[in-house]
Amino acid sequence: MAVRIEIGSKISDTRAVVKKASLSDLVFFDKLESLELVDVHTIDKKISEKDLRLVMVALVSNVSQEVGIKVCPKEFSWAIEVGFLPGVTDNVANTAKEITEDLLKTKFEVNEGWYTSQITFVIGNLSENEIRELSLRLYNPLIQRVLIKSYSQYQRDGGMDLVVPKVKLDDAFKILNVDLEKSDDELTVLGKVGILDENGLSRGPLALDLTYMKAIRDYFRKEKRCPTDIELETIAQTWSEHCKHTIFANKIDELNKGLFKEHIKAATEKIRKNKGKKDFCVSVFTDNSGAIDFDEEYLITHKVETHNSPSALDPFGGSITGIVGVNRDAMGFGMGAKPVANVYGFCLTDPEDKTELYRDAKLTQKMLSADRIMSGVIAGVNSGGNQSGIPTDHGFLYFDKDYRGKPLVFCGTLGLIPRKFGKKKLYEKKANPGDLIVMIGGRVGKDGIHGATFSSELLDSGSPATAVQIGDPITQKKMSDALIKEARDLGLYTSITDDGAGGLSSSVAEMAKETDGCIVELDKVPLKYPGLEPWQIWISESQERMTLAVEPKKWNEFKQLMERRGVEATVIGEFTDSGKCVGKFKGQTVMDLDMDFLHNGLPPRPMLTEKPDFGSDEPKKVKISDWNKEIVKKLKDLNLTGFEFLSSQYDHEVQGGSVLKPLQGRGRVNSETSVFRPVLISKKAVALSSSLYPEYSNKDAYWMTACSIDTAIRNVVSVGANPDKIAILDNFCWCDSRNPKRLGQLKQATQAAYDFSIDFGTPFISGKDSMFNDFSGFDDKGKPLKISVPPTLLISSMSVINDVNKVVSIDLKFSGDLIYVLGGLTNKLGNVPSFKAKVNLRLYRSVFKAIQKCLISSSVSVGRGGLVMALAKTVMAGMLGADINIDGLNNQLSTEDVLLADNQGCLLVSVDPKKQKDFEEVMKGNKVFLLGRVSDKDDLNIRDGKKKLTEITVDKLLKSYRSTFKNF
Amino acid sequence: MKKVKILVFSGYGLNCEEETKFAFDLAGGEADIVHINDLIKGIKKIDDYKILAFPGGFSYGDDTGSGNAFAGKIRNHLWNDIKKFIDNGGLIIGICNGFQILTRLGLLPALNGSYGKAQVELLHNKTARYVTRWVDLQVENNSPWLKGLNGFSAAIAHGEGRFYADEKVLSEIKKKKLVALKYIKGEICSYQNLEANPNGAIDDIAGITDETGRVFGLMPHPERAIFSSQSPIWSWLKEKSLRDGKKIPEYNLALQIFKNAVKYFNKKLLK
Repeated sequence: MAVRIEIGSKISDTRAVVKKASLSDLVFFDKLESLELVDVHTIDKKISEKDLRLVMVALVSNVSQEVGIKVCPKEFSWAIEVGFLPGVTDNVANTAKEITEDLLKTKFEVNEGWYTSQITFVIGNLSENEIRELSLRLYNPLIQRVLIKSYSQYQRDGGMDLVVPKVKLDDAFKILNVDLEKSDDELTVLGKVGILDENGLSRGPLALDLTYMKAIRDYFRKEKRCPTDIELETIAQTWSEHCKHTIFANKIDELNKGLFKEHIKAATEKIRKNKGKKDFCVSVFTDNSGAIDFDEEYLITHKVETHNSPSALDPFGGSITGIVGVNRDAMGFGMGAKPVANVYGFCLTDPEDKTELYRDAKLTQKMLSADRIMSGVIAGVNSGGNQSGIPTDHGFLYFDKDYRGKPLVFCGTLGLIPRKFGKKKLYEKKANPGDLIVMIGGRVGKDGIHGATFSSELLDSGSPATAVQIGDPITQKKMSDALIKEARDLGLYTSITDDGAGGLSSSVAEMAKETDGCIVELDKVPLKYPGLEPWQIWISESQERMTLAVEPKKWNEFKQLMERRGVEATVIGEFTDSGKCVGKFKGQTVMDLDMDFLHNGLPPRPMLTEKPDFGSDEPKKVKISDWNKEIVKKLKDLNLTGFEFLSSQYDHEVQGGSVLKPLQGRGRVNSETSVFRPVLISKKAVALSSSLYPEYSNKDAYWMTACSIDTAIRNVVSVGANPDKIAILDNFCWCDSRNPKRLGQLKQATQAAYDFSIDFGTPFISGKDSMFNDFSGFDDKGKPLKISVPPTLLISSMSVINDVNKVVSIDLKFSGDLIYVLGGLTNKLGNVPSFKAKVNLRLYRSVFKAIQKCLISSSVSVGRGGLVMALAKTVMAGMLGADINIDGLNNQLSTEDVLLADNQGCLLVSVDPKKQKDFEEVMKGNKVFLLGRVSDKDDLNIRDGKKKLTEITVDKLLKSYRSTFKNF
Repeated sequence: MKKVKILVFSGYGLNCEEETKFAFDLAGGEADIVHINDLIKGIKKIDDYKILAFPGGFSYGDDTGSGNAFAGKIRNHLWNDIKKFIDNGGLIIGICNGFQILTRLGLLPALNGSYGKAQVELLHNKTARYVTRWVDLQVENNSPWLKGLNGFSAAIAHGEGRFYADEKVLSEIKKKKLVALKYIKGEICSYQNLEANPNGAIDDIAGITDETGRVFGLMPHPERAIFSSQSPIWSWLKEKSLRDGKKIPEYNLALQIFKNAVKYFNKKLLK
């Protein structure tokens, strides 16, 4: 019999106050007097009254809390209890269980459990309809349940109800044999809808099209048998867009080897060859992250992932698993790199966007509101990053209404790994036949099933809720510490990889390539709850797990270490050289696939592109009459404004390496570039930044890419990076990628990636793509609609800086300093910029030289929003005024073009007047224009010759810059 | 001379152990990172150390209240060792999550020697949101940890850092001069135009000690304020000293805290 413990607050509960404030946009908010929160623990275990009392003491603070079987305020009108649905990760419950096990020296058996929930008591005279509306703000029906009681009902029932959200699954397992001797139409349906269970319900999409289905049929014809369900699911995972990147891998037009090999990888190979002895790449494209030289002793790794589809459904769960997932790409690099920095980027619609979207025509499955998605993804990275003790050094927000259907959630992690331990190279790994397959970390549940195939599909009403999961950063932290800080350097394993998309089916089958075979005993895999089918165990994407190869003679030592660190480790099979991927369940062979077929059997799917015609209208002529007003408008623009609320809730100080921070100067202005030291005894540092221009994509995908690369490079150059030592990463988030015109854009983009990475000498070291960011659903009238994201390419950059003492921040520092624009402003407002990489590279080399000679005292990369935005940023950051005159900068252009147009290849710097001569000497051969001076007043004055354009105080600028997200 | 040995706790989501060890080592000590389970199993012994450090982090994900679960584990397994350690004159520091652990464990403030009884708490910030920024601190008492310091600046990063005690406890804490650090508007807050108190702590309290002064807990992270390059004002100071023809100092004031602890025992060794 289960029991409930309820915990209330003796003193004012900030969480309740803040929660109430977050509801202020409800029409009936005035009726809401206050909220009170009570945390509930439901313990499904036999426990004596004496023990229960001990547990209460252990769970509760005697300073601020009260506890009982029933805790409620004296007066209230409604009680809303929100808890998780069965099987959803409940971190607090897991901790409470662990506390109890430690305290009472007891164990929770498989059929026992612990569940948490929270009651929100509402004080205020709200109607039933109003309380229902309010409750929608407190929970997400995909992962949570709700129970609402009025005061009288609560009294009548003697409180809320005892709910035990236990997972109930049929324990008898069944292997289905799937008949593929079917008509083409039937095969097509099977590939799309997925395998049907006994009740005729789909188990979730396979995302295999007819060509693939036929190839699978032909294979099994040769084998003279039907595939089992698990075999078909395995092939679907392995061949998914998510895992095989078929769009980048297949022949496209005349490019026989596909876009990745011919454009991205080819560029890196050429650059490395060009650099010769100065090549700084160590491991590119082959491992979970890319790695470059840091110093004699260490390498630095980087990887950026996206987690888009899950974030649309459960933004918190989607983004927390995004960040802790990409942490494992560092931990899974080589023999394991220590995560040393996180980066993020959220592409969203305006949080004020009130468009209502539904997944079904009957309007029963409503998509979350724009502001819920925004606050959810922000909170997810907050929890995941902060709890893992990894600094979040850099990130961005980008807004466009076409991210309403699918937000893009970018999460990246940099890692640090010694080159060698003893004689062993730590950036290489290889499992040997006979090594044990070991799974460590979290347990497996139904969460995340079909995540990989799901992300290859567009989002519609069939999207499985099980594609969503909640991360458990502490389970992962324990695993990470045990691996990276101990087991790795004890040489206790031979290979390691992350369990991400596709779960074990992907990690084990991938690692099995190192030996050419594996045999897995699926019934050995530890489960969160009993009753999972073998195929579910194999493809579940439950988080916080890694797969290792351990030599049998090292197993005991490894297991004991993991036990001491509170990390579960289980042998689930053995790597072999049989050429087969074999799966067993309770002695029965349920999977027996040729490794070669599994990995190389997918038929080629050549693609043809068409010329894109998404181009928009010619830019309108803009004439600004009031420049003060214009600058204020810019500073409030979602894509230019400050987001201190976000930067300051992500810990960028942990690990002690922060140097140039996300917020800089007196004015705490968001910077494009951060610098941190991953090794505290070293003077070396890492600069990191990123760039994207989705607003250019439909006009010109080629120059969109070129601009993204230039900006990402220029941003790190602006702080003092050597332009000849910059590595970049690509993340393509495209839409509708079966459409030849979208493919046409993609090809233009990768062509530019090839051209400009070579021209700049900046190798791609890692990348990722997500090709179907489309939402297909219904508007609030039930009318079908499709929203596709603008083709989005994120270029991330990083560079190792030799002497941290040289780096330069964005803020003006002293009045009297000279302000220069470096590089040519040539673009017209509304046009996509174009440039010559050679010219920009020459400038960047000069800037590097000037910074090394300490000739530059502040530096901003001129980016989105044009020169005026760069001026505003440096002025606000320094909280110093400036007298600027743009006359002569480019008299061919209008004032509007000069100040507002986007450009590439330009920086804005300030220089100590005593260093003017030296500075100008170093900059010789580049376009350099003296714009004005830092003033001793607090106004930004911009003139064009004698004509006064702006006269606005720094205070007013800052107020505007901080206004848009004031209430966040 | 043998170096003073410091034990820095790790495990279950603590995460500042490496930089905390770095600070103690830089200060002349010899710090070991020790997993709590190795102490419970007897593989390592508290007895072998002069200083205990509970570093920052997110032990048990702050579930059931920050510091609570980790404190419970210590209470269940290591209480006697810790009590003996205090009685024998050892130094203890709890930083951020470590401070939360020490208050939950009842090592701070331990009024009238009542070690083991929780009397104060670090509640959710007044914004109910995690906050990362720098703060300025004024030293308020004579703890050996703070010798020679009037104040310093350091980073904070926490969601539950609002110091709270009921009136009775608070007045006793003040009477006994157990308030060690207060948030003030100093160099960094003036530079960045930030309010002094980042979380709504009662009386701007940022850190306290027990009555011996040897057990010290604070929300700010001195280990993240060792180098001058870690400070948000560094870029400006660097440019200024360049123009003044001076060299910017490599280290920050907060390093003194770690030096004080090491020196406290070095002196004793000399005697």
